[in-house]
Amino acid sequence: MLNAIWFGMILSSVVCALATGRIGDLSTAIMNGAKDAVELSIFLLGSMCAWLGFLKIAEKSGLTELLASAFSPVIDRLFPEYREDREIKGKMCMNFSANFLGLGNAATPLGLAAVSAMAKKNKGTAPTKGMILFVVFNTASIQLLPVNMAAMRSSCGSAEPFAVLPEIWITSFAALVTCVLCCKLAERGSLRGS
Amino acid sequence: MGQIGAAAMPLIVGGIVLFGFLKNVEVFDTFLEGAKEGISASMRILPTLIGLIVAVSMVRASGLLELLCSLAEPLAEAVGISPEILPLALLRPVSGSGSSAYTLSLLQQFGPESETGKIASVLASSTETTFYAIAVYFGACGYKKLRYTVPAALLGDCAALVFAVLTVKLLG
Repeated sequence: MLNAIWFGMILSSVVCALATGRIGDLSTAIMNGAKDAVELSIFLLGSMCAWLGFLKIAEKSGLTELLASAFSPVIDRLFPEYREDREIKGKMCMNFSANFLGLGNAATPLGLAAVSAMAKKNKGTAPTKGMILFVVFNTASIQLLPVNMAAMRSSCGSAEPFAVLPEIWITSFAALVTCVLCCKLAERGSLRGS
Repeated sequence: MGQIGAAAMPLIVGGIVLFGFLKNVEVFDTFLEGAKEGISASMRILPTLIGLIVAVSMVRASGLLELLCSLAEPLAEAVGISPEILPLALLRPVSGSGSSAYTLSLLQQFGPESETGKIASVLASSTETTFYAIAVYFGACGYKKLRYTVPAALLGDCAALVFAVLTVKLLG
């Protein structure tokens, strides 16, 4: 799937740039894109190391298990295959908490730790339904306070930067429910197919 | 409310370290043990990042977004939203920084309290960078068959667009 999308993005932008006479811009874009990716990964390296460090402390002290048992009623229902796995549940809960609190920089390392732990348990060549649901959860966004958006709005002169909060909550919840429903329906379909 | 948001990260870090200290965990040694894993994890996702970001910056420089949006313009007018929203809906799943910059320009152009400004704010903060998340998480684990991941995630993004327009029109 990603192969096809990636191919489509690159080929169509070359064709489009040829048609619109922007081919010169395109060669700068290729080099800048590669450079941006390295800059981003250096930035990520710092937050990755820091948050995996904090995660280890939280795991050794039993904090993640506390978190996992608090979230258990929801997590067990959504991810029944990891019901017994406290380590994975703990990592997932750390990722969900970071997302919920709007700590995007922490959510990626914590989510990677959770997915890697799930991958270790998975013998197959394709991700399990639990892994897919977890990643799809991370493509949706549930945030208590969208702080970055509020900052952007007030920098543009908004008197009430948090005025759209109800709209954001409803919209992000609806998007998340859509994602979960799609995953659960697809799970059934693929079970029947196999 | 902004201050609560800014306090979240330091409070969590403080809480984790304090809890560990109270439970007699050797906090700094444990931190180093975990942080070491971060180096290999970042290196594992670097190729994915380069591939994805190069493709996204090519799409943005080629004018493809504008082309797609001009095709969809009649649709936007039929629903009664300004066509400037559409590039945001297309950009949001692929590029976090790109969609932030575009949202900012919409807020400056239309004003944060305008309908377009509100839809942009809601849309940009109700979804995540879908392809980035999928590519980074599954790229790091080396999975090639993603089954229904991409369709499920994209349907969520479509729902976000629909609900962003609906909620702003009905509540705002």
